[in-house]
Amino acid sequence: MESTIIKSIDYNAYFGDNHVVKNVNIEIPKNHVIAVMGPSGCGKTTFLRGINRMHELIPNATAKGKILLNNEDVMEMHPIFVRLKIGMVFQRPNPFPNLSIYDNVIAGYKLNGIKLPKAEKDQIVEESLTKVALWKEVKDSLTKKGSFLSGGQQQRLCIARAVAMQPEVLLFDEPTSALDPISTSTVEELFHELKKNYTLIIVTHNMQQAARVSDRTAFFYVGELVEYDDTKRMFTNPRDIRTQNYITGRFS
Amino acid sequence: MTPSNIKYRIGKSRGFQVLTITLAFACVIPLLAILGFIIEAGITKINWHFLVNVPKPVGETGGGIANALLGTLIIILVAALIAIPIGILCGVYLSENKKSRLAYWSRLCVDILQGVPSIVVGIVAYFWLVKPLGGFSALSGSVALAIMMLPIVIRSTEETLKLLPDTLKEAAFALGMPFHRVILKVIIPCGISGILSGVMLSIARVAGETAPLLFTAFGNPYLSANLTKPMQSLPLLIFNYATSPYNDWHDLAWGASLILLVFVLMLNIFTKLITRKWKVQL
Repeated sequence: MESTIIKSIDYNAYFGDNHVVKNVNIEIPKNHVIAVMGPSGCGKTTFLRGINRMHELIPNATAKGKILLNNEDVMEMHPIFVRLKIGMVFQRPNPFPNLSIYDNVIAGYKLNGIKLPKAEKDQIVEESLTKVALWKEVKDSLTKKGSFLSGGQQQRLCIARAVAMQPEVLLFDEPTSALDPISTSTVEELFHELKKNYTLIIVTHNMQQAARVSDRTAFFYVGELVEYDDTKRMFTNPRDIRTQNYITGRFS
Repeated sequence: MTPSNIKYRIGKSRGFQVLTITLAFACVIPLLAILGFIIEAGITKINWHFLVNVPKPVGETGGGIANALLGTLIIILVAALIAIPIGILCGVYLSENKKSRLAYWSRLCVDILQGVPSIVVGIVAYFWLVKPLGGFSALSGSVALAIMMLPIVIRSTEETLKLLPDTLKEAAFALGMPFHRVILKVIIPCGISGILSGVMLSIARVAGETAPLLFTAFGNPYLSANLTKPMQSLPLLIFNYATSPYNDWHDLAWGASLILLVFVLMLNIFTKLITRKWKVQL
């Protein structure tokens, strides 16, 4: 029996009076890749940002309900603690432009004021960059600024930065939508590697991507979780007419 | 459209171009004229002796402006120490809380403060500090100058930080960083070139201010580094000596003018260099 790492119970999110995520109940198993898809404005990104309490950083944003991480409600935990356990990668690569590649990888430690011995830092940097298949490309230019890398490399650097904190869950908010096709496939290959150690939740508006990389898929439509199932099953035999319409391209 | 008509329009366009170029050159003339004039009048008065000695009493030749140089440096340094932390933090608040009521009012106040005549700032500093403390002091002069620096530092910090993408802040928050670390370790370092150039420009702006110092630092013919006592500064020295009836003192004022001018020019050039060198590539 696979263990559940994240479970949301009646989760609702609002922007002011605007009800964006409606009563979402979902269980996410450990060491799986979960794709969250749906048309623009369906609340998928808002839900994702709710998981690590990033949602509430936006003025006027509120949320209700529970999100359990290993049976502990993240809404009751301190957001800083939550974000150390649940890493996040954004739509656009956003390495810290004032830091070197090396410092970007250990930014979570360095900028939080956690002092580590040099050897341990070196190890974390090498391991994290190896995990995202970037080590070979940058090992000779670790002191260069992160913003000199290509878009795809920057995104992998951002994944390495999240991985370096050894979180349990990694959230990806349309991680490849700003990347070229080759970089996209490199990042997609990474997901298969990363799920050995982490649970990945990936928001995407690209159905092919969802089908390629995920074990399970959640389909959101106007704030509701319409369907959540095994990816293969969902794409071959959707139960809900809205899912079917979306998958067959009747609306997007 | 007839050919002559087109010719006329082309001619008009050319004329306009020539006009803008001419006026762009014309803007440079005042600065060059001032520079030329001050250099011509001041350069012969400046030597080592001039820089390291205090003014001699009337009737004795020689003497220098060491007291004013030291005074200007101290007064500006203390003013900067007061204005920079307050100004940067206020700018951070304004850029972080674009729409709050407090931000609206403090932004308005900062804009108005920028327009307050410097002599008024001097008078206010006189009533706030000089009278209660019982005498003219360099510190009260620094406070007056700090008040004048604040709006420049605040607005340049705010404008710089506003240009930083929100994704940068999100990246930091997503790593579990608390707000103060996000500001101190990510936001300010990424905007450092803009913030520093605002600081330098504010220093350049107040370096030549005379009015706020008239009733505060007051001036002092002797070398002094005591913040609680009156202190000489370059603009005060120029003001006092240029309005005196003695030729020796006029010479001193010319030399001091040149020094002050060079100081302000160097600050401006330095600012440009810093902005270029420390600019963070986003």
